[in-house]
Amino acid sequence: MVRERTRVLNLVQAVNEALDLALSRDERVLVFGEDVGRLGGVFRVTEGLQEKYGERRVFDTPLAESGILGLAIGLAMGGMRPVAEIQFAGFLYPALDQILSHLGRWRHRSRGRVGLPVVVRAPYGGGVHTPEQHADSPEALLGHTPGVKVVIPSSPERAKGLLLSAIEDEDPVFFLEAIKLYRGARAEVPEGYYTLPLGKARVLKEGKAATLIGYGGMVEVMLEAAEVARKEGVEVMVVDLETLVPLDEETLLEAVRETGRAIVVYEAMRTGGFGAEIAARIAEGAIDYLQAPVLRVAGYDAPYPPFSAIEHLYRPNARRVLAALRKALTY
Amino acid sequence: MKPQVVQYLNKGEFPLGEEEALRLYRAMRRARFFDEKALTLQRQGRLGVYAPFMGQEAAQVGVALALGEGDWVVPSYRESAMLLAKGLPLHTLILYWRAHPAGWRFPEGVRAVNPYIPIATQIPQAVGLALAGRYRGEDWVVATSIGDGGTSKGDFHEGLNFAAVLGAPVVFLVQNNGYAISVPRSRQMKVDYLARRAEGYGMPGVVVDGNDAFAVYLEAKKAVERARKGEGPTLLEALTYRLAPHTTSDDPSRYRPKEEEEAWRAKDPILRLRKALEERGLWDQEREQTLLEALEEEFARELALTDQAPEPRPEEIVEHVYAEMGPDQRRAFEALKRGFHLEEAW
Ligand SMILES: Cc1ncc(C[n+]2csc(CCOP(=O)(O)OP(=O)(O)O)c2C)c(N)n1
Repeated sequence: MVRERTRVLNLVQAVNEALDLALSRDERVLVFGEDVGRLGGVFRVTEGLQEKYGERRVFDTPLAESGILGLAIGLAMGGMRPVAEIQFAGFLYPALDQILSHLGRWRHRSRGRVGLPVVVRAPYGGGVHTPEQHADSPEALLGHTPGVKVVIPSSPERAKGLLLSAIEDEDPVFFLEAIKLYRGARAEVPEGYYTLPLGKARVLKEGKAATLIGYGGMVEVMLEAAEVARKEGVEVMVVDLETLVPLDEETLLEAVRETGRAIVVYEAMRTGGFGAEIAARIAEGAIDYLQAPVLRVAGYDAPYPPFSAIEHLYRPNARRVLAALRKALTY
Repeated sequence: MKPQVVQYLNKGEFPLGEEEALRLYRAMRRARFFDEKALTLQRQGRLGVYAPFMGQEAAQVGVALALGEGDWVVPSYRESAMLLAKGLPLHTLILYWRAHPAGWRFPEGVRAVNPYIPIATQIPQAVGLALAGRYRGEDWVVATSIGDGGTSKGDFHEGLNFAAVLGAPVVFLVQNNGYAISVPRSRQMKVDYLARRAEGYGMPGVVVDGNDAFAVYLEAKKAVERARKGEGPTLLEALTYRLAPHTTSDDPSRYRPKEEEEAWRAKDPILRLRKALEERGLWDQEREQTLLEALEEEFARELALTDQAPEPRPEEIVEHVYAEMGPDQRRAFEALKRGFHLEEAW
């Protein structure tokens, strides 16, 4: 394989590059949302795109999330490939009606006539001291909606390829970008256009003691915990789910069967979160291999705290993952 | 100041060509015929819950016929007349209300999408569809319809504002029939005419006598023309009345007086148009009879077609969720196909 040239980019730059490539490659691609045009987005993810592609293809909408999602649906119905930005995942809620009632349902309710190749990008998650409602992780809510896909990249390199796949996909895809990684994650990113398959989980690190399972902003937390454990002589496996829907159950179960212990790490509230789904799948498909209960390391059953002094207690960190690991190993 | 209500029939005016007027009448009569048949079929257990539109034919057909073939309708649940006038085959419509999967895939050639159940959600989508035409270099216009109750929802406001700001070629029809199920207009809004709101969004607002087919049709034509010329959206308020229950499960005697219904029955849009045609010598009992016979024949033919539709297959439950089935749908599909539930199949 020819090795592509790479440069070091952060997640903001990687997503920007993916949008740029998509806009240049396909006339049907449109980028819109609140402040994405002239300002380039509150995180500058869309910086420079309006200058390059004009106000027709990259545009600011009025401030109305349901309107943005409804607009995206109609544009897709009419043959376009909209990429809508919701400024923060916590502001997807005003658009939930459009999402639950329509975005995920149109293909089914039209028996295949109306497919909606819509991508909805939104920053999610905490760790950077945002105001109230700016750190929500609504992936379980979205994943509970039939007909949509949910993708959460954990690195700039993955984000670029996954976003390009999401834009090529014939179905609606929620693409959640961890705010913590926007400028926090920097990595080698290949130049040019490339796609990475949706619906595949990745084993990031092999180990026999236990399997850590997570996605997005929690991947670096899991890796940090794994590194600490390694120094103490415990090798754990780390799985990045990357796509929550459709879920790569095969890779997941295989990884758990190998170690017999599983810990799911996610930063949404614990009850009914995506970790519950993972735990249930493991119970259904790998119970005979389990040597300890499946454990969850998650947020608390409370809104994400906007209080900077104690916010870090909500979001799982390596220490909490290690505590769960200890519990699983001594069960 | 009260907005002017556009009317022709009450003043004895006849602003259309004869053929155009007859086309309007036939389409309205055909819609009414369907509505009556649908109610019968429902009572026989051959349709599911059905939402009649009786009394609103002028509003729905008037707008649908003002559109060109390349234009779209994005309807709400009461818009069967609009769908028929836009060319949806009768058998598809029957199958739709029978809740048969074959009725949920509208034919490719017909520029109409499935009716919307969650109220007002169609409004911003219609705006998106209208803009898509502009991007594709097609000059299609989108007509979308909502009830007076539906205008209370946020999506109505968001959609109209989007349309105005983005200059989308949309005609927003409000079928103001006075009730949202049982809630009267006076408990719905503090404004006398909805069309007044248009100014607040920055678009023209027009009030028409919704039981006057000429008024609806002509104002809709103007709105379509404006949209097609790139002059943006219009809000068209049609004052009308639903003569039948909200749905086949509803009992209107619990919330509205008989005298009110009777008063509106006298303003039946079909009778009004027929009278105008008769006065001009364009219509009579014999022509009516011939039309009814043709409709009867068409209905029998189309109903027979629906009976040929194959029984829904269990696995259709998980079809068309995604363009390609994901692993979870695939597993359920195989189980259902073999006659199992998912958990039995393991
Ligand atoms: C979001 C939502 N809420 C409630 C309902 C239940 N519902 C169906 S029709 C209706 C009244 C609608 O009234 P209006 O918009 O005036 O239209 P009309 O039925 O008079 O044509 C209600 C409350 C619904 N379909 N969707």
